[in-house]
Amino acid sequence: MKFGTEIVLLSLFAFAALVAAGFGVDETFRQHMWVLFFTVAGFTVILMRNTEFKPAAPIDPTAYMDGPVRYGAIATMFWGVVGMLVGVVIALQLAYPDLNIPPWFNFGRLRPLHTSGVVFAFGGNALLCTSLYVVQRTCRARLFGGSLAWFVFWGYQLFIVMAATGYLLGITESREYAEPEWYVDLWLTIVWVAYLLLFLGTILKRKEPHIYVANWFYLSFIVTIAMLHVVNNLSMPASFLGSKSYSAFSGVQDALTQWWYGHNAVGFFLTAGFLGMMYYFVPKQANRPVFSYRLSIIHFWAIIFLYIWAGPHHLHYTALPDWAQTLGMAFSIMLWMPSWGGMINGVMTLSGAWDKLRTDPIIRMMVMAVAFYGMSTFEGPMMSIKAVNSLSHYTDWTIGHVHSGALGWVGMISFGAIYYMVPKLWNRDRLYSLRLVTWHFWLATLGIVVYAAVMWVSGIMQGLMWREYDEQGFLVYSFAETVAAMHPYYVMRAIGGAMYLSGALIMAWNVAMTIRGYQRKEQPLPGSVPALQPAE
Amino acid sequence: MMSNEHVDEISGIATTGHEWDGIKELNNPLPRWWVITFYVTIAWAAAYTIAYPAWPMLSSATKGVLGFSSRNDVKKELAAAEAAKGNYVAAIEQNTVSEIVANDALREFAVAAGGAAFKVNCVQCHGSGAQGSAGFPNLNDDDWLWGGKAEQIQETIMHGIRFASDLDTRVSEMPAFGDIITPEQITQVSAYVASLSGAVKDASLVEPGARVFAENCVACHGDKAQGNRELGAPNLTDAIWLYGSGETAIAAQVRAPKHGVMPAWAGRLGQTAVKELTVYVHSLGGGE
Repeated sequence: MKFGTEIVLLSLFAFAALVAAGFGVDETFRQHMWVLFFTVAGFTVILMRNTEFKPAAPIDPTAYMDGPVRYGAIATMFWGVVGMLVGVVIALQLAYPDLNIPPWFNFGRLRPLHTSGVVFAFGGNALLCTSLYVVQRTCRARLFGGSLAWFVFWGYQLFIVMAATGYLLGITESREYAEPEWYVDLWLTIVWVAYLLLFLGTILKRKEPHIYVANWFYLSFIVTIAMLHVVNNLSMPASFLGSKSYSAFSGVQDALTQWWYGHNAVGFFLTAGFLGMMYYFVPKQANRPVFSYRLSIIHFWAIIFLYIWAGPHHLHYTALPDWAQTLGMAFSIMLWMPSWGGMINGVMTLSGAWDKLRTDPIIRMMVMAVAFYGMSTFEGPMMSIKAVNSLSHYTDWTIGHVHSGALGWVGMISFGAIYYMVPKLWNRDRLYSLRLVTWHFWLATLGIVVYAAVMWVSGIMQGLMWREYDEQGFLVYSFAETVAAMHPYYVMRAIGGAMYLSGALIMAWNVAMTIRGYQRKEQPLPGSVPALQPAE
Repeated sequence: MMSNEHVDEISGIATTGHEWDGIKELNNPLPRWWVITFYVTIAWAAAYTIAYPAWPMLSSATKGVLGFSSRNDVKKELAAAEAAKGNYVAAIEQNTVSEIVANDALREFAVAAGGAAFKVNCVQCHGSGAQGSAGFPNLNDDDWLWGGKAEQIQETIMHGIRFASDLDTRVSEMPAFGDIITPEQITQVSAYVASLSGAVKDASLVEPGARVFAENCVACHGDKAQGNRELGAPNLTDAIWLYGSGETAIAAQVRAPKHGVMPAWAGRLGQTAVKELTVYVHSLGGGE
């Protein structure tokens, strides 16, 4: 019977959620368990309606397993649009506080929805589906573990739904980028270990003698995130049927654990993972060899070794001991060149194919991603310098830095990878429209430029206003005055974000039409077909 | 050695000979500028960790040859800031607020210091320009509930208004007249009060309103509704309203008055900061 075991297990899971909804010790936990119950029960019903009793068709063990990759590509687009939309909403809330709708749609609850939505839902699904696509093709092996990939995909979506609804209900550990409470963390741990098994198992059964560089990066991302997630979320629940837990660490040790996690979420989730993406999709799209094998080895190991120590730079001028701040800064500075190794390998892979920048908007998108990667991995070490940090910390400059990395690097390289994969996954000759890709490219690029430039200006202004003293040594501005001065920049930031979101909407349309099998009748992009030569 | 079979045709550079799903890797060396810059950052990091506290040992970390400590830095900066203000602060401690107001140099310092304290502690209710908002008095005008002399302002800041945990706090409590007079009388007296500083919709209410006022309100607000600072009773003739202007807002306040609370600041900020705040508020325009 198709889905027999799954239906039984899911029914038991749904029943457990129902029991927890009945006996939960706090109101929000009971509400959250109702969400879980309806999600799992609904999923069970869908499986029941699709079950069949005839024997399953035999699976070709040599064929690639692309079902979860296709679902992952769609999930990436869906969560991307949702996460970016929430981002525009909270940008507007900062500019116009009346848009806060208590209690569910306050800035405080929507902000983690935005960060987790774009980092873990959009970025996470992009990494998940591209890693499964890449590992099969570069190992010439079908995914390991039968339907394990389906468990990883749907388990991860359940984590996203539980995290997101928890934030709106007000359930939070208040750890930045690690807000979900203990029971959601446990679920993610199970899913993540399954992901590790899936990825590692596929590498072990590879038919290529060597492991391709993209897979090193993907594997380092999966292993390190498992370690970071488990250690940072060590906590004791106040009740096993309640939504509150207490961290295993306290005081400055708690802060350092959190930023060891937080910085390496950036380092391994948003850098190493997406470098893996770059190392497959840039050479494929450019149809050129990777620039330097030696550079890829050196910068890989240098990144892996150095990144993990850089977290203390998030705690400059705090209760963190001086020695830890010094080391955090020293390691951040040393991280500059290893990070740039990826940029060099990405950009120089185009040597011999520079003309494609004129003709291929997907390559243009990938190169813009690598350019923003280089920009923000220079900016990061610079901001870790204590003298710079004393001005930049706690200001919008940090927000601008994160977004030039997230919108410019993570977003653009993911868009490029999805544009590359979708026609292949659904056996289409080409995308629905390349002209729409060009529109997306320019909207996204201009949106980032507006966003980052505005945040530089407002962040530096904010930092200078906070530290402005008069000649007698008294503060010149009240905090409220600095907030008032930020208003025009908040408005412009929301405009930049809206441009980026509209680009993503165009992409969603383009991808949906490609999947449905349409091809837009349009003039080819200039330069993409050779100009006619006069007869001689 | 690479055999000639593994050379990329376009660049003429050898590949490593491996291929994954059609992807090859060139055997280019590390870019020289990249290696040099990497070494420079490592050397710099080593030097920096020798200069500053860095490497954890068994019981503590290396101190660094420069002897840097962020706690000492803060101590020095705070001491320098204190030293710069030293004479003025002592003078403010020794003088009364009236004396400070009378002394130009001292007043100038106190206004700057009080302004800074105001930005941190007072703007949340009174606004960053001390302009107030509904329920929170504007401090720029000359309309004072409890008095605009420096000593009176100081008393208000020290002990607060209706602040239960301070025994010396200023207290006034207007009764809820909804329980004492009829709704019709409330409409009439509200029209009368509104007429003292502007036009009213129904002039015929003013006359009976004046009688209601005389019977119920003059004890605190005075027979000309000019208010009484001893009791914290506001002047009703100056078109300055704490809880909103117009007959409807006045009627609401007569029926069931709101009673705002201001905290006592002496315990939290100390006498010196309270004096500085006093002089600052006194300087805003309405000081008497």
